Amino acid sequence: MLALFKLPQSSTMAPNIDNLFNFILWVSIVSFTIIVVGLIVFVLKYHRRRSDPEKTPYIEGHTPLELSICTVLFVLLMGIFAWGWIDYAKIITPAQNAVEINLIGRQWLWELEYSNGRKLTNELVIPKGKPVTLIMSSADVIHSFFVPAFRLKQDVVPGAYTQLNFTATEIGIFPAYCAEYCGTAHSGMIAKVRVVEPEAFEKWQQIWEIEQQLGEDSRGDRPVAPTATTEKPEARGQRIYAEKGCSACHTTTGQPLVGPSFKGLFGKQEELADGKKTTVDENYLRESIMDPQAKLVKGFQPVMPTYKGQLSDEEVNGIVAFIKSLKN
Amino acid sequence: MAHASYLDKKGLWSWLSTVDHKRIGLMYFWTSMGFFAIGGILALLVRLELMFPGQTIIDPNLYNKMFTLHGAIMVFMFIIPIIPAALGNFFLPILIGAKDVAFPRLNLASYYIFVTGAALAVIAILNGGVDTGWTFYTPYSIRSATSVVLTSLGVFIMGFSSILTGLNFIVTVHKLRAPGMTYFSMPLFVWAIYATAIIQVLATPVIGITTLLLVMERVLGIGFFDPKLGGDPVLFQHFFWFYSHPAVYIMILPGMGIVSEVIPVFARKHIFGYKAIAYSSLAIAFISFIVWGHHMFVSSQSPLANFLFSILTMLVAVPTAIKVFNWTATLYKGSIQLATPMLYALAFIFLFTIGGLTGLFLAALSVDVHLHDTYFVVAHFHYVMMGGTVMGLLAGIHYWWPKVFGKMYPEKLGKLAWGFIFLGFNMTFLPQFYLGKMGMPRRYHDYPVEYASLNFVSTVGSWSLGIGFAIMFSYLIWSLYRGKAASANPWNGKTLEWQIPSPPTEHNFEETPVITAGPYEYGVRT
Repeated sequence: MLALFKLPQSSTMAPNIDNLFNFILWVSIVSFTIIVVGLIVFVLKYHRRRSDPEKTPYIEGHTPLELSICTVLFVLLMGIFAWGWIDYAKIITPAQNAVEINLIGRQWLWELEYSNGRKLTNELVIPKGKPVTLIMSSADVIHSFFVPAFRLKQDVVPGAYTQLNFTATEIGIFPAYCAEYCGTAHSGMIAKVRVVEPEAFEKWQQIWEIEQQLGEDSRGDRPVAPTATTEKPEARGQRIYAEKGCSACHTTTGQPLVGPSFKGLFGKQEELADGKKTTVDENYLRESIMDPQAKLVKGFQPVMPTYKGQLSDEEVNGIVAFIKSLKN
Repeated sequence: MAHASYLDKKGLWSWLSTVDHKRIGLMYFWTSMGFFAIGGILALLVRLELMFPGQTIIDPNLYNKMFTLHGAIMVFMFIIPIIPAALGNFFLPILIGAKDVAFPRLNLASYYIFVTGAALAVIAILNGGVDTGWTFYTPYSIRSATSVVLTSLGVFIMGFSSILTGLNFIVTVHKLRAPGMTYFSMPLFVWAIYATAIIQVLATPVIGITTLLLVMERVLGIGFFDPKLGGDPVLFQHFFWFYSHPAVYIMILPGMGIVSEVIPVFARKHIFGYKAIAYSSLAIAFISFIVWGHHMFVSSQSPLANFLFSILTMLVAVPTAIKVFNWTATLYKGSIQLATPMLYALAFIFLFTIGGLTGLFLAALSVDVHLHDTYFVVAHFHYVMMGGTVMGLLAGIHYWWPKVFGKMYPEKLGKLAWGFIFLGFNMTFLPQFYLGKMGMPRRYHDYPVEYASLNFVSTVGSWSLGIGFAIMFSYLIWSLYRGKAASANPWNGKTLEWQIPSPPTEHNFEETPVITAGPYEYGVRT
């Protein structure tokens, strides 16, 4: 009756995480057995029926024994810590050539957007064997994107970007849950992660791109006009750059004006007005749009107005994508 | 009753105006046990909803309120006050040979503050309840349409009760020990309550400030935590866990203290490694302040913070393991009597060991990325809080029942209830480890069908727990009226409470006792 469900190992990190899990499990089983066998043997052997309550030995303790237990335990614990840290460091390090996909969590669905502007809801299609980085933010409360088959999760926080890096190793469809409680339909906030062959992934994107150019569905049953919603994030960013007046102060040529130029900005080390250093990443850009004076680059005046409340999450993603495209 | 007892004075006013630590302890006891019953019924309803996939008995919004109330009631109104404020109040002064706590009136004031806070929380429940989870994570708690403000004010006020009780106990331990009682001849329960009191005094103000900031943000729109108002939602988690992690040790240390009292008496042995146990209580209290970030490994906290919090968390395992080892070693060559308090103490070691070991999985960074916020965590903290603290509490209740009320509980029924509770507990929570490893997130109203069979088992287990507690409550109440009269020292214990009548007189000791021997002088010196 108890048909126990087994979880597949479908990312490069899944076997590592399971290995450490199993190691700790064995350490636990051995320690637990020692304690429980001790309890049972002592209770049976020294039960009141077989012992005299007035003639027990007087034992206050055994310091060398306590200290050796501490030492062994300490070494073991540091080993577990180091193992966990090494794998964790791999999890949080994004690959250079990763496929970047934007994810927005909102009560109660997941919105995905690819760099070509293609949008999906509650469905994430990714190529097998290729590193993927999700650049995630939330439109309302905290969510957490959790793919059990990959053994990975990361909170999705409003007002900031978080990242989740993984490489899928198995073709198939895997559920992604919301792991941070977010209200009424928390348990219904489920996305499908569809892992396909890299060639199929390329084709899947190409067909869609051609459809977009033709302006209609290739099956001809549904006309699709290229609207703002199917704009590439990069193109959306460029449009906002012109519309919202960014271009007045920020050039795309490398020449600083009132503010730093966008060309070559992403990934650069900047020295701040207070002498600290920072690397320009997604979160820095987002913060500088919403709260421009928080980390002012040295040599510039604190004159930029805040765009808080004026740009949607999608529009901010667009500007970030636009600045990224000007990396070189 | 041949002697005058602290219970002799009758009438409601004699209770409401008492400054006797024993009576105040009893008032805390019944209040908290009442909340335990409510929290327990909520838990049974939550499990019933989860018995089958899909909606079983209640809709998601009501379900969310129920698990929130279950958590908030159990944490703030039961498990934090029950051992220190109820059993601690009653026994701490007696165990050190004092006539009362250092500040008896402040002690009564703490009780009324607690009741005021609890009343606010109850009003919040009647006003529609809260649906944020007991953790009140922002910005959800800023935007939730439920009674967050009233509940947080309730938590804020109850916090003061905890601080004042802690303060009272610290001063009592330092100033009111009987002549001859050195720090290292205090019973270990006193050490545990002392370590707990330090955490209560130092950590509780932080939850007070945090709930106040939450109220200010909700009422006045000041943006501390909601990014829409310019705040940082993750900051709230730091504030919250800066209190709530040490609070975990406010919950478990007193339970450990009780186990350290019960085992020597029922094994007729000196406690193994007295100083190691006392020092490990202090070590746990200290480390508890610097591990809060292990609740936030996937919150977007920096990798450096994760590194430090993971390594520090590992360290807690050392003093904890030492305690478990010492309790077990105390049984060696003893003369073990399996009375109900001892059965609960053994259950404590068994279940708490599982709770502690499963903490290792969650402290290891990479594994926590998978297990965080799944049922594995739910199972882990229930093994610690219920398998640990509640088993310790039940050991204490049965151990001290004859002293508190002068009546024996029925031993056979005690063992029967123990059986239902021990088996039911494991049946409820063991499957949840597996569910979590398979990826079932916590706070789920509904779940995919592959998780169905183990959820069913877990729900059936909760009924066994319910039956066990129902039997226990019934025979305890029954014993107050029909129980056999208890002698002064039914367990033949060597600590001070057993050297005075059952129930004690109003001033505990007719003459100030002079301490010449340690609390665990069992066995024959060779």
